Amino acid sequence: MNWKMKNMSLTLAVTGALSGALSTVGFAAAAEEEVQKGGTVVVHMISEQRILNPGLRASTGVYNITGKIMEPLIDKSYDGYEPVLATDWSGSEDGKTITLKLREEVNWHDGEPFTCDDVAFSAMELWKKLLNYSSALQANLESVDCPDPHTAVFNYSKPMPLELFVAAMPDLGHPVPKHLYEGTDILKNEYNTAPVGTGPFKFVEYQRGQYVLAEKNKDYWREGYPYLDRVVWRFIKDKSAAAAALEAGEVQESGFIGVSMADVERFSKDDSFSVGTMGYENNVAHSTVEFNHRNPILADLKVRQAMYHGLDIDYAINTIMHGFAKPGRGPVPSAGGINYTDDVPTYDYDPELAKQMLDEAGYPVKDDGYRFHLRHRPAPWGEYTQLWAEYYAQAMKEIGIDVEILTNDAPGFLNGVYRDHDFDTANGWHQFRSDPAVSTMVWLRSGQPEGTPWTNQFGWKSDEIDQMIDDAASELDVEKRAAMYHEIQAKAMAELPVIFAIEHPFISVTSKKLHNHHNTPRWNSSSWYDLWIEQ
Amino acid sequence: MTLHMPPILSYALRRLVQAIPVVILIMIGTFLLLKLAPGDTVDALVGDMGGADAAFIARLRAEYGLDQPVWVQLWRYMVKLASFDFGWSFVYEQPVSTVLMERLGTTLMLMASSLSIAFVAGIVLGAIAARRAYSATDNLISVLGLVFYATPSFFLSLMLMLVFSVKLGWLPVGGIKTIAAFYTGWDHVWDVVRHLIMPTAALSLIYLAFYLRLMRASVMEVADLDYVRTARAKGAREGRLMTHHIMRNALLPVVTLLGLQFSTVLGGSIVVETIFTLPGLGQLAYQSVVQRDMNTLMGIIFLCAIIVVVVNFLTDLLYARLDSRIELA
Repeated sequence: MNWKMKNMSLTLAVTGALSGALSTVGFAAAAEEEVQKGGTVVVHMISEQRILNPGLRASTGVYNITGKIMEPLIDKSYDGYEPVLATDWSGSEDGKTITLKLREEVNWHDGEPFTCDDVAFSAMELWKKLLNYSSALQANLESVDCPDPHTAVFNYSKPMPLELFVAAMPDLGHPVPKHLYEGTDILKNEYNTAPVGTGPFKFVEYQRGQYVLAEKNKDYWREGYPYLDRVVWRFIKDKSAAAAALEAGEVQESGFIGVSMADVERFSKDDSFSVGTMGYENNVAHSTVEFNHRNPILADLKVRQAMYHGLDIDYAINTIMHGFAKPGRGPVPSAGGINYTDDVPTYDYDPELAKQMLDEAGYPVKDDGYRFHLRHRPAPWGEYTQLWAEYYAQAMKEIGIDVEILTNDAPGFLNGVYRDHDFDTANGWHQFRSDPAVSTMVWLRSGQPEGTPWTNQFGWKSDEIDQMIDDAASELDVEKRAAMYHEIQAKAMAELPVIFAIEHPFISVTSKKLHNHHNTPRWNSSSWYDLWIEQ
Repeated sequence: MTLHMPPILSYALRRLVQAIPVVILIMIGTFLLLKLAPGDTVDALVGDMGGADAAFIARLRAEYGLDQPVWVQLWRYMVKLASFDFGWSFVYEQPVSTVLMERLGTTLMLMASSLSIAFVAGIVLGAIAARRAYSATDNLISVLGLVFYATPSFFLSLMLMLVFSVKLGWLPVGGIKTIAAFYTGWDHVWDVVRHLIMPTAALSLIYLAFYLRLMRASVMEVADLDYVRTARAKGAREGRLMTHHIMRNALLPVVTLLGLQFSTVLGGSIVVETIFTLPGLGQLAYQSVVQRDMNTLMGIIFLCAIIVVVVNFLTDLLYARLDSRIELA
C-alpha cells in the first residue's frame, strides 16, 4: 500500500465517522494566515451544464456551479449536517411529519424575502414532480404546510426516516424562489439558466461554450462573507488543455479528475499545487463489473465468483488509479458512515482458484483456448472506466475468458446496457450520495422501469433483498436501519449481482494560492463562502 | 427573362437552383444517419444528470417529440427548415438559430485568418521554393512544409500551448477573451487577437503546407512552358515574368484547392476549437454529436453546406477571372 492509499484509507475511515479532525489529511490544513479579501477564482469544468437549477436537476456538475449561487436547506460538513436555509429539523414519532425551522432575514438575490412559501412550492412542484432521484424520494410527500413564514411542515403518507430526509437534503433540497417560478412553465423558466438564489455569489452571465461568471453577494446572510469577488467556471473539454491552463495560472482548481491521471501524478510533485481526494467523501463512486444475468453462463453464481477471483484489485488500483482508491466492499462505500461495514465476504486474487471454479461450473477451456466469450460495454465516463475495462478484459483472458470490448459514447452505452440489454458485462460507476436509499440501492432493487439508467437492469432479482431495501428505506431507528444495510451489503457481496470492485473518490488539483478549500465532504458542490485566494 | 440577365447573374441563379436539391439531400441523409446512431438527446441529458426515473425520461422524450416515428420527425424538421426555422436546441434551451449565430462569428474569424495566412504564405513560400528549386532555401522550405503537413493539429495545438502559454506566458491558453476583464474598444480587439493567435497558427500551418507543396510544383511546371520561354526570350524581366506570366497560371490549381479545402478547414476547426475552448461552430458540432443535439447539429450541417456551396461558387468566379479561357456557362 503506497502513501496515497494510506491517505485515502485514513480519509475515508475518518470521514466515515464524520469526524471533524480530518482537515490535516489529503490537503494541507489551512494555516492561521490572514485572510485576503477579493480576487477571482477560476475553476475548470470538463462539461457544460444545460440547466443551472439544482431544484430541477440533481447532478454534480450542476451543483458545482449553482452551489455557490443557490443554497440547500441543509448541507454536510465533516462535523455532521450543517444548517443552511433550515436552522433546525425534527420528525414526529410516527415518521409521517418532518418539521423544519427556516432561517430568518434571508433574501433572494433580487431582494425578495426567503420564506416557507418558497420551500413548499419547491417541494411540491419541483422536488416531488420534476427533480430526478427526488421524485422517488418524495413520492409519499402529500403536502407542505406553512404555519408561519419560517416553519415548514412536510406531511408524508408513509413514514419518512428523518435520517434519510436530512441525508438527501444537501443534494435534493435546494429551494427556488416561488415568485419567479409560480405560474410559469417550470421546465422552460428563464431562471433555470440564470439562477436566482440566496447564496454568497450572484449569477452574472453564462457564455455558452466558454464560462459562467458569478460575483460577490454583498448582502449575504453570513456576515463578512464571502471573501472572493468573483468565481468563474471555465469549460475546457480537453484534459491536456486544462492541465496547461492550471500550469499557466489561468485556472486555480480542477476537480473530479479533470486532468489525466498522468498529469495528476505530475501535479502531485509540483510545489505550486495540492493534489488530493479530500472533499469528495460524499461523491465516492465504484468501478464495477456489471453482469447481464439473462446470459445463463453469468447467471451462475460460481462463474461470477470465479471472475472476481480473477481480478487483481490492488494491481488495478496502483496502475490505473495511481493509488487513489481502495477495494470495494459492496454497495455501501466506506464513506457511508454508520451504514457501512467491512464484515462481508471477499474474493482474493487467485487465478488458479478461478480456473478451478470455472472448470467445476462446467466451463472448461475449449479448442479455441477459451472457456466462453463475453461482449463488454465500458461506460465512457473518462480515463478510469476505459482503462478498468481493458484491465478486466486482460485479467479474464488469463483465466480463459475472451472479452470483446464494445466502445461507445454515453448515449450508446446507456441504450446498449439499460434499454436494449445488448451486453454480457459492462462497467461504469455509480456515485454514492450520502445515503444508500437515494443512491446505490437502485443497483439491487428489481422492478426498475426499462431503460432507466443506473438502476438494476441486469435481469437479477431477489425478493428477499427487494424487501430488505424497502424496509430499510422506511426504518426510523438509526441503529436498526444501519444493521439492515450491513446485511444487504453482505448479501450483495455473497450473491454478486454486480462486482463493486473498487471504490474511489474523485481527485482535485488545486493551486496553493487557494485557502479554505476542500474543507467539507462535498466541497465542489458547496457554497465556498469562506474560500479565499492569495492576491 | 434570364436571357436579358448579365451572364454572371444567370450563372448564379442556375447554380442556386442546382444547390437546392443538393442541400435537401444532404439534410435528409444527415438526419437519417444521425438517427442510426444509438441514443438520443434524452439519453445524453440523463447521462449528464447521473440518472433519472422512467417517468421523467418518458416525459422529456414526449416533450422533445422524440417519441414520434423517425419519418414524422424528419417531415416536421424539413417543413420547418423550408421556412428557415432550425428548431429548438434542447441542450442549450435556445432557438438553434441563436446558438448558431453566437458561434458563427468565431469560426468565420478563425477560418478566414487561418486560410488567408495559409494561402498567402503558402503561395509566397511555394513560389520562392520553385524559383530556387533544389537549393538550400528550397530544401528548408520543403522540409518545413513536410513537417507542418505531417503534424496533427491537436499535437501542434498542445505544443504551442506548452511553449507560448505555460513556459513563456505570452499568450492565453484558450477562450476567445479574458473573462471578467471587461475590456472595451481596441483593448477588446487586441484581447481577442491574442486569443486567436495560437488557434490560427495551429489551423493554418497544416494548410500552409498544402498550398506550399502545390504552388511549388505548379510554378515549376508553368515556368517550363513555351510561352514563358518566349516571354523571357522577348526580354521580359524576371519580376514581371513571375507576376504576369507564371503566377497567374500557376495559381489555378491552388485556387481550386482553396475552394475544396474550405469544408476541410471547417472540419479541422472542430479539433482546434475544442482544444482552445473557442466558442465556435466546430466545438459546437462536437458537443452536439456527443449530446445528440439533433437540431443544432442539423443546423450546423445546413450552414456548412450553404457555406461550401457559396465558396465553391466564388471559387468558380475567381477561376474565370484568373483564366479568361474559362466561361461561366
